[in-house]
Amino acid sequence: GGTTKLTPAQLDEIEDALIVSDLGPRAAARIRDKLEEHRFEGGADERAIREQVAVEIAEILRPVAKPLEVTAFPRPQVILVIGVNGSGKTTTIAKLGHLFQEDDYEVMLAAGDTFRAAAIGQLKVWGERLGVPVVAGAEGGDPASIVFDAVKQATDIGTDALIVDTAGRLQNKRELMDELAKIRKVLGKLNPEAPHDVVLVLDATNGQNALSQIEVFKEMAGVTGIVMTKLDGTARGGVLVAAAEQYGLPVHAIGVGEKMDDLRPFDPDLVARVIAGVA
Amino acid sequence: MFDNLSDRLGATFDKLRGRGALKEQDVRDAMREVRIALLEADVALPVVRRFIDAVTEKAIGQDVLRAVSPGQQVIKIVNDELVRTLGGDPDEEEGAPAPEESRLKLEVKPPAVVMMVGLQGSGKTTSTAKIARYIREKHGKKAMMASLDVARPAAQEQLAVLGQQADIATLPIVPGQQPVDIARRALESARLQNFDVLMLDTAGRLHVDDALMAEMKAVAGAADPAEVLLVVDSLTGQDAVNVAKSFTDEVPLTGVVLTRMDGDARGGAALSMRAVTGKPIKFAGTGEKLDALEAFHPKRVAGRILGM
Ligand SMILES: Nc1nc2c(ncn2[C@@H]2O[C@H](COP(=O)(O)OP(=O)(O)OP(=O)(O)O)[C@@H](O)[C@H]2O)c(=O)[nH]1
Ligand SMILES: Nc1nc2c(ncn2[C@@H]2O[C@H](COP(=O)(O)OP(=O)(O)OP(=O)(O)O)[C@@H](O)[C@H]2O)c(=O)[nH]1
Ligand SMILES: [K+]
Ligand SMILES: [Mg+2]
Ligand SMILES: [Mg+2]
Repeated sequence: GGTTKLTPAQLDEIEDALIVSDLGPRAAARIRDKLEEHRFEGGADERAIREQVAVEIAEILRPVAKPLEVTAFPRPQVILVIGVNGSGKTTTIAKLGHLFQEDDYEVMLAAGDTFRAAAIGQLKVWGERLGVPVVAGAEGGDPASIVFDAVKQATDIGTDALIVDTAGRLQNKRELMDELAKIRKVLGKLNPEAPHDVVLVLDATNGQNALSQIEVFKEMAGVTGIVMTKLDGTARGGVLVAAAEQYGLPVHAIGVGEKMDDLRPFDPDLVARVIAGVA
Repeated sequence: MFDNLSDRLGATFDKLRGRGALKEQDVRDAMREVRIALLEADVALPVVRRFIDAVTEKAIGQDVLRAVSPGQQVIKIVNDELVRTLGGDPDEEEGAPAPEESRLKLEVKPPAVVMMVGLQGSGKTTSTAKIARYIREKHGKKAMMASLDVARPAAQEQLAVLGQQADIATLPIVPGQQPVDIARRALESARLQNFDVLMLDTAGRLHVDDALMAEMKAVAGAADPAEVLLVVDSLTGQDAVNVAKSFTDEVPLTGVVLTRMDGDARGGAALSMRAVTGKPIKFAGTGEKLDALEAFHPKRVAGRILGM
């Protein structure tokens, strides 16, 4: 019998482990405070402590787990994919396209990154692999006009999902953020509901700046959900915990590799266990 | 809540001073604020710990306890130590040239091979072209570039386009050829055409991917690089330690390139990288365009990490 409370040294250790998972010092301190109150029935061994940490984190993450579903009527559902440079947008588009195809939806891609060298070529290779049309213009062209064409084509042929690639941009670049607003506006011209989804792609290896990415992209581009990539490495993506607390945006899926089938549903319990070190 | 370490420490010490004379323990307590500031700047925890131990001893050894503004004194100690850890000299004038250790070492029998390695999407291909251009502008040397990335769609095409944009030669693409063979062909071609420098761009790889790490080692073995640069995103968080350790263990790194310094991240990864690899940070990438590359300035980065 009896219940145990954690010692300050044990609490310090937990807090440090959470920081190493990129929760950031503030979110880590909040979980520490919760655990300080917790009474462990039947002893607080390493395992029991970690399990409890996982419980606390899962509680925070569960409300934001929400898959990306194709529901728009009339078709197409327009999904705009945005984020900082190199976070994994183009690859995630291929993965989402593959996921939708598995559910028998028809997919079209739009090459809205006309800036980065060979970005169009990269998306076209994915389009070939998936066997889906890619609407593209010339390198250096106006992304808004390509996106306009794409919505028009997708609407004409009744494609289920149109996924729009965009150039990477750091959230502190005003001009580039304005460009996103323009793309959004053009999308809405042919279909006032579009874009139906604005997916922010976050790189799990990023640290606390990911919070600033969410904040600014949400404000300037109306983010509706998040995909976190590169969780196949050693980064644990603890930023999602702080993000769930602060912004509550849906997390749709996670990326665990470079291939088109390397997308997984966001499983809050599993991610919580990984962060807590029990999985 | 204070975003700025200066405000935070000022407030902490004001509170302490209200109680009378400062004690050694007060300095230790103030270091908690420094710790949080460093963690919020994404400096890796083990690096933060070592750093805090070092500056605490210094702060207690110096006259912080009797200083008129102990907050400012602590900040100076922290800042100076940061600058030194990043390879700089805190007493140097603003505008002084970048530290000697951060220059590329290209004085070998040509072609000097510069190999770029790093995680997926860190900025290797872009930095390859930036550095090739920089070598031409600053060293007056002629570089050729070759992409060994056979994994990412259109990766070789990307480097070719960048070569056209900056007027830098690239090795013609032979579809299907594997990285070590491409490296050999590139060396031979650079030798025959009398290039001073050969830049090798490689595919992004996770440090836990054994096959790709072995491939990277094999390329380094075949190409005998004068420089092996680890390209790291300045937005990187705590994972910086794992990345730095594993790449250091696998290839003879000579330096680090820190990309996306044009973002608003505090860039604590700079400190983590320097502390864990022991290698100098040679360049900072400051944009997507090919002229957006700067020599690394420890003083500026220290101020940024501290949020001032
Ligand atoms: N290991 C791993 N690599 C990934 C994942 N997602 C993307 N990548 C890799 O990350 C790199 C960058 O991916 P991209 O899809 O080109 O990223 P992006 O955001 O479109 O990049 P820009 O358009 O240049 O801003 C590529 O090498 C991808 O293969 C993932 O989940 N895991
Ligand atoms: N803002 C900014 N963007 C950069 C910088 N360096 C690279 N980028 C961008 O980051 C993205 C990824 O750069 P790449 O050079 O393709 O990265 P990589 O490491 O070669 O990627 P993989 O080959 O897929 O591993 C591109 O959109 C680049 O334009 C920089 O210093 N600042
Ligand atoms: K990245
Ligand atoms: Mg892209
Ligand atoms: Mg590359």
